[in-house]
Amino acid sequence: MAAGVAAWLPFARAAAIGWMPVANCPMPLAPADKNKRQDELIVLNVSGRRFQTWRTTLERYPDTLLGSTEKEFFFNEDTKEYFFDRDPEVFRCVLNFYRTGKLHYPRYECISAYDDELAFYGILPEIIGDCCYEEYKDRKRENAERLMDDNDSENNQESVPSLSFRQTMWRAFENPHTSTLALVFYYVTGFFIAVSVITNVVETVPCGTVPGSKELPCGERYSVAFFCLDTACVMIFTVEYLLRLFAAPSRYRFVRSVMSIIDVVAIMPYYIGLVMTNNEDVSGAFVTLRVFRVFRIFKFSRHSQGLRILGYTLKSCASELGFLLFSLTMAIIIFATVMFYAEKGSSASKFTSIPASFWYTIVTMTTLGYGDMVPKTIAGKIFGSICSLSGVLVIALPVPVIVSNFSRIYHQNQRADKRRAQKKARLARIRVAKTGSSNAYLHSKRNGLLTEALELMGTPEEEHMGKSTSLIESQHHHLLHCLEKTTNHEFIDEQMFEQNCMESSMQNYPSTRSPSLSSHPGLTTTCCSRRSKKTTHLPNSNLPATRLRSMQELSTIHIQGSEQPSLTTSRSSLNLKADDGLRPNCKTSQITTAIISIPTPPALTPEGESRPPPASPGPNTNIPSIASNVVKVSAL
Amino acid sequence: MFFVGFFFFLMNGFGKMFSYFFLDIAWWYYQYQRDKIEDELEMTMVCHRPEGLEQLEAQTNFTKRELQVLYRGFKNECPSGVVNEETFKQIYAQFFPHGDASMYAHYLFHAFDTTQTGSVKFEDFVTALSILLRGTVHEKLRWTFNLYDINKDGYINKEEMMDIVKAIYDMMGKYTYPVLKEDTPRQHVDVFFQKMDKNKDGIVTLDEFLESCQEDDNIMRSLQLFQNVM
Repeated sequence: MAAGVAAWLPFARAAAIGWMPVANCPMPLAPADKNKRQDELIVLNVSGRRFQTWRTTLERYPDTLLGSTEKEFFFNEDTKEYFFDRDPEVFRCVLNFYRTGKLHYPRYECISAYDDELAFYGILPEIIGDCCYEEYKDRKRENAERLMDDNDSENNQESVPSLSFRQTMWRAFENPHTSTLALVFYYVTGFFIAVSVITNVVETVPCGTVPGSKELPCGERYSVAFFCLDTACVMIFTVEYLLRLFAAPSRYRFVRSVMSIIDVVAIMPYYIGLVMTNNEDVSGAFVTLRVFRVFRIFKFSRHSQGLRILGYTLKSCASELGFLLFSLTMAIIIFATVMFYAEKGSSASKFTSIPASFWYTIVTMTTLGYGDMVPKTIAGKIFGSICSLSGVLVIALPVPVIVSNFSRIYHQNQRADKRRAQKKARLARIRVAKTGSSNAYLHSKRNGLLTEALELMGTPEEEHMGKSTSLIESQHHHLLHCLEKTTNHEFIDEQMFEQNCMESSMQNYPSTRSPSLSSHPGLTTTCCSRRSKKTTHLPNSNLPATRLRSMQELSTIHIQGSEQPSLTTSRSSLNLKADDGLRPNCKTSQITTAIISIPTPPALTPEGESRPPPASPGPNTNIPSIASNVVKVSAL
Repeated sequence: MFFVGFFFFLMNGFGKMFSYFFLDIAWWYYQYQRDKIEDELEMTMVCHRPEGLEQLEAQTNFTKRELQVLYRGFKNECPSGVVNEETFKQIYAQFFPHGDASMYAHYLFHAFDTTQTGSVKFEDFVTALSILLRGTVHEKLRWTFNLYDINKDGYINKEEMMDIVKAIYDMMGKYTYPVLKEDTPRQHVDVFFQKMDKNKDGIVTLDEFLESCQEDDNIMRSLQLFQNVM
């Protein structure tokens, strides 16, 4: 329950009177307001600046420092105020959180200082309101990256202990600055990439004439030399690729990555060329393949951060560019069609077909104007000028927008992804809070049973156990209890609900004990495991916290039917709902006694909270010794 | 925008000036539309102040201090001074995380909103609370009758009761023990009608309701349950 609406709890409880005439069963007793004091102002002195607020305002969030008794440690007897030696600026935000229920993050504040203050006051940063949450997360991530960078540069200087050979190799490949060998390798591959690219380029330059034949490109004149160079480069690239493949932590992921695909595409043509003979048919295709050698230039992106960023921004802008292309295509088609039909009449017209007009349209719209195709008719000239004017608009207009969109869309994409992820996280938080509060109720119901049982035993040291829920919590739980009574049904949690559904669907209880017992202790173990999550210790803490072990223990208990463990089972069975206790397979006498002693199903409860067992004193007399393990029960 | 446009103008000549001009105009129009919307929004914010403290104290059964506490909580959650149905539902739903409290909150809202204006002011709120927490048994029962009587015609018929009981069961949610069956609400309503409808004519009048409730000890006792809520 969001504590902000705690002020409306009286109204919700009053509205519950509307259920009363409908209810068939009597209602539970209301929790007594034991220490009802008038609301008072308390003074919080934070480094000299005094803040004042109502006590109830602070008590809205009982699991924080200011809302719990922890603030008593800071109480100054002489001045009758609470003194905190902390930053008053951040305290303002913290106090506003109590007042309004929304935690804000001030932008001028340093993120780690703010985090420290929140940790001091016991407030989780996750409850920062949506207005400030994005900013907070961004700053936090920046800070974390900065710290990580610092750590990395520190780590790079110190020697990392005992990585396997494969891991060292991978580290060397990814961060060339880690060792001299990696750096050498980095520069060598870079050099060979450059050599390979230059070779490809120079191959096609005409190299001067060989007497008796026409001008040859260098590639054909010095074919052997170029072939050797090419082979050397490809050797280096192949070795590099294989080494990377060997060192990669996840080979499958490495093979799928863009860089490795570029590597493969860069060296493939050479091998295909080796394999293929001088077959006439395929030599044309072979020539085309050589074009792919130019992809070697992309290997430079490993060496250049900027190239990678450019590639990434292009990728993220892809939809905008795609739309631009689409609108351009539309305009081109329209104008090409118009020009074609306008020039159709003219003789010796270059506009032979609509696709032929495309060229004219593109050249005109981009204001290049080569002049190889010009309209001759008057209509053609008119439309041609309209085409060039609109070209200015269509081409020039989106370009500044695209340019300024690069950063905007880039950030927007990031923000949309962030918002989606944060929305998921926010919904998860809300769900957790909801299940938390419903679990708190179920939890305290069981605790309520426990407390009542213990009180009936007359053990004095258990009194503090029931006090741990705040008054508001107990009132809220009373309200939910009234609703249960009105409708004659009980709240249970999802797991038990499914178990019940399963059990009702299977008609025959299995003959073996363990499955039915596994559902039986399942109830207790869910209690126990949930309790262990909420850092509580109960008498059942004698039962081991892990599910499996307690299941086994309980099943062995049933089989053995021994005295001591049955105590714990009878205690645990106190926590069960009454009906679940009726298991036909429970043959052990102590167990059955304990179960029977739980009074009838909730519908027939004679009166309010005094439901739990006036259990047979026999098995339960040893409880106080076990119960002394109890430390504290804290709800939520 | 200006910078990019100017740069473009310089680089590419006269024709490109159109692009930055066009963008400018488009931007101005967009801003103008946005301002219009903001103006409209401001006019819908309403602020209501309640009557004086003395008057409220005279009208209800609360002391001044209790009214102060109530108002502080009210104003905190609804700074504008009125609760509309949406806020009401949200607040009420916070108390029942298991199920869906919206239908019951809807009926509750209409029971609070005596003047049927669509919003609950602090006076309405406090008046209803005064009846529920500090009123006589008679007043409480009358208020409850008013809650059940959805169309406020002075009679409760089976459909109205069905709606109310269904709304209450909705608050339980899905995960209950025993499992909620389809006709559980109907059975519940039948039991209720059996008890309340004295002359078996299918509707419950206020007198029948008062009489039947006063006969039932459980109900009488449970009405006193929330005496000490404040």
